[in-house]
This record gives sequence, structure tokens and C-alpha cells, in this order.
Amino acid sequence: MNQSQRSKDVRSLPRLPPVDTESLTTYDFKMQSLRASLLELVRRTSAEIPDDVQKAILDSLENEKKGTIAESALKIIERNIEMAKQKSQPICQDTGSIILYVDCPATFDQITFEEITREAVREATKKGHLRQNSVDSLTGLNDGTNVGPGSPTIHFHQHRSPEIHVRLILKGGGCENVGAQYSLPNEKLKADRDLKGCRKVILDAVLQAQGKGCGPGILGVCIGGDRATGYEFSKQQFLRTLPDRNPSHELDQLEHDIFKTANELGIGPMGFGGKTTLLGVKICAANRLPASFFVSVSYMCWAYRRQGVVLKPTGEIDKWMY
Amino acid sequence: MIPLTVPITEEEIRSLKVGDAVGISGVLFTGRDVVHKYLHDGGALPPGVSFKSGIIYHCGPVVIQDEQGNWKVTAAGPTTSIREEPYQGEIIREFGLRGVIGKGGMGDRTLAACKEHGCAYLHAIGGAAQVLAECIKAVRNVYFLKEFGSPEAIWELEVENFPAVVTMDCHGNSLHKEVFAASQAELAKHV
Ligand code: SF4
Repeated sequence: MNQSQRSKDVRSLPRLPPVDTESLTTYDFKMQSLRASLLELVRRTSAEIPDDVQKAILDSLENEKKGTIAESALKIIERNIEMAKQKSQPICQDTGSIILYVDCPATFDQITFEEITREAVREATKKGHLRQNSVDSLTGLNDGTNVGPGSPTIHFHQHRSPEIHVRLILKGGGCENVGAQYSLPNEKLKADRDLKGCRKVILDAVLQAQGKGCGPGILGVCIGGDRATGYEFSKQQFLRTLPDRNPSHELDQLEHDIFKTANELGIGPMGFGGKTTLLGVKICAANRLPASFFVSVSYMCWAYRRQGVVLKPTGEIDKWMY
Repeated sequence: MIPLTVPITEEEIRSLKVGDAVGISGVLFTGRDVVHKYLHDGGALPPGVSFKSGIIYHCGPVVIQDEQGNWKVTAAGPTTSIREEPYQGEIIREFGLRGVIGKGGMGDRTLAACKEHGCAYLHAIGGAAQVLAECIKAVRNVYFLKEFGSPEAIWELEVENFPAVVTMDCHGNSLHKEVFAASQAELAKHV
């Protein structure tokens, strides 16, 4: 966002309307239906890959050289996607970090929502939509509920619309481990504080990841920010769909360039060698301090579990977002 | 696909080479981070469990128990193997493993142990939890469930035609090393 856009945004903030007590009670969820909706969101996210991702996988299968282990890896992946959906079981056994992004109006009761989300997560774990996947970092104990400090993680964002959007990403650990944060300049990679330097480190992240993050993968990148927001924004890129275009011309070009170049490296599905190394690249930029220049790269595996729902004021699912 | 049945002989495993697709049948034991560290620190396998001529599978499955107490694996893909690199070589030697199933490949120490002892790294398709769970015909037993938690426990699984690709063989070859070197050289042309 450039300077003039930003100041315009600030100027255009509407005055706060007088408190309307009616609207405060509008989001009086029926707990039962909200819990059921969130459970269904978790189930579907875990078992069904979004259409845009499945299409990208099918396209890459077409494109891969016939008779190679790369092709047979993609075939197994494709079959796996179909089976998971049909059996309503997790696409991958690592059902990942549970990350929710909630866009809600100012009158929304975040505390209750959070409590019900935790209940829904417990329930989804009991039903096997989620693996018992959350471990106490100090004691090493896994209480089998998936609920604890930082799990699930909920990012609330208020918006000036009465709608409630709940988007969920289940982010696997193997691909999370190959994420990387670079501080520019990077002498070893000869990466300066410019877009060329960004390109170098992003491609280095692809090289280092090889097949370890269950490629073909999708990159979410943030240029700038601090260490925490850089990674956070890089992950938010996974809310975008694969065919969408970046509104920034420079970033759009960079996305295409990295996508094309990475797929020429020959890393291939699972790192077996082959044509399909990445299924997508999504990049954003955030302001930075003059002293810092971070490039944060999050890697998403092919088992790209992302879904979202628009909720009715009562908590029922109104429509699916992806 | 080359059929591979556990227990595996040294001769069988030495006949495999990088790039071979195999279909594994017989008994597998899962073991991941906690199990590797535990065994490496001198921990003993539970009575009745032997890895000799067998395969360890880097996997933390989703397993549910029905009302009758029967276990059912509902998702069971491989986890990233490189985390076990500090331990794997010694565990191969010590416990007589012939195969390690995982994903992402392993390093030089494991490669050396494979060559010396006669063991291969068998790469399963990461994330293919359903396809792979379907190859699991029975859960025979589970060990350390309480101590390590479900994903980290040792699950004794009976499998049929479990698909994997040999990416590290007994002859010192590693597909991972090859692909890394080739992709690094290619990248150098683009930056
Ligand atoms: S990286 Fe993704 S596909 Fe691979 S095991 Fe983890 S969650 Fe599953």
C-alpha cells in the first residue's frame, strides 16, 4: 500500500455510529449450531482439498513425464485426494496446526466464539478428523485434545460488514519445518536489499526444502515486516486461491518468475526429480524498519487444507468460501 | 513394482537400487522422534518386539478405537525422516533393520549404515495418508501408547503391497543427493 492510499484510508474512516443495542444482540449464536458448523468446517477442511488446488495437481499430473516416479507419486496423491473425500477422513495424518482467521463485525462476541471453537476442536479430534496432534512443549505430554496454549490459534479481524467469515488452515508440520526467514543482505547468497535479492533467497528456500515439505508445494512469502509479522503475513497468503493475481504488478511478476524458475529446477514431486516442484507462489509486502529487511517464506505441502464458511447470525453455515 | 516381504534377507535388500518401486508386505513397526531418541539413549524394545530383518516406518498414524476396543488406522502417511538422522545409523546397526520407510530422505550417516549393514531407505508418498492406510490390513499391537502419546507410540502394523520408492540403496547411492546437486547446479544458472 503506498503513502497516498494509506492516508486516504485514514481520512475515509466513517464516524462511529451511535451504539445500536439491536445489533449487539444480533449475533446471539445458538451454541449448538455454531459448534456443529465449526465441526463441519474442520471435517471438510481435513478431508477435502479445495478445488483450485486439486485442479493444479491434476494439471501437473498431465504435465509430468509419463512412466516416471514423479508421475506415479502424483497419481498416488490424486488417488489419495479422492479417497479422503469419499471416506471423509483426513487427507494427511498430520492434521497440522489449527489456524483460524475470523472476520467479524465489532459487535461479535469473540470470547464465546473462542470457547466454542475449542469445543469443536475437541470433538473433531475425538471423531478422528484431527489427529491427537498437540504436545506440551515442556513435559512432552499429549493430552489428546488438541486444545492448549496456542492451539487452536484464532486471528480475529473486525470488518464493517455484518457477515462472519471463518477461514481455516490446517498447516502440516513437515512443510512448516522447511519454512525459512532470511535477513537481507545475505552475503552467502549474494542477496541485496532489493527485489533481486528477495528472488534469490526465495529460490534458495525452494532448493533447501527439496522434497522434505511434501512437494509439490505452495509458497507464501512476506517481504518486510518484523520477524513475527513477516511469518504471520506469509501464512496469510495461503488464504488466496492459486489462480488469483497479485494486485501489485511487481509482486505479480515476481510470483510468476519464481513459479516458473522453481519448476525448472527439476526437484519434482517428493523431491524425486521431475517438472512439478511448486503449485503456486503468493507474495505480499509489509513495511519494515530501515534497519531490518526480512523475507519470510512459509511452505505449504500439496495437502493444502484450506476452507472457509460464511456464517448466519445464528451460527449456521450460510455458504462455503472456497 | 518389486514385491518385498518382511522379514527381508540381506541379499534381497542389496539387490535393490535407487529408483526401484517396491510393494511391501508383512509387519511394520512405526517409530518416530521419541522412539528414535529413546532407543538411541539405550532404551529397550518392549518384550516380544524385534526389528531384526524388519522395517521401521517413520509415521504417526491417526488411529481410532471402536467400542469393542479394536484399533483402526484411518490415516498413515510418512513423516519427515531427516529428524532421525542423528539416531538412525546406530539403530539400523544395533537392531538389524533392513528397511526404513519415511519421506524426504536422510543424510550421510544413514547412507553409510545402509551400505555397511544392508538396509535401504524406502520413500513413501508424503501426505498420502489414505492410500497408505488402505494398505494396512491390521493393527497387531501398540507399545508405549501412554508414555509417548499416540503419534509417537510404536504401532505394529500388518501391511499389504505398501508402495514406496527406493531413494537410498545399499550401494551408497542417494536420489536425494543427486537431485539436490542437480537442482543446485540448475539454480546457479538462474540467479
Ligand atoms: S508436510 Fe503436509 S503432506 Fe507432508 S506429512 Fe506434513 S501435513 Fe502431510
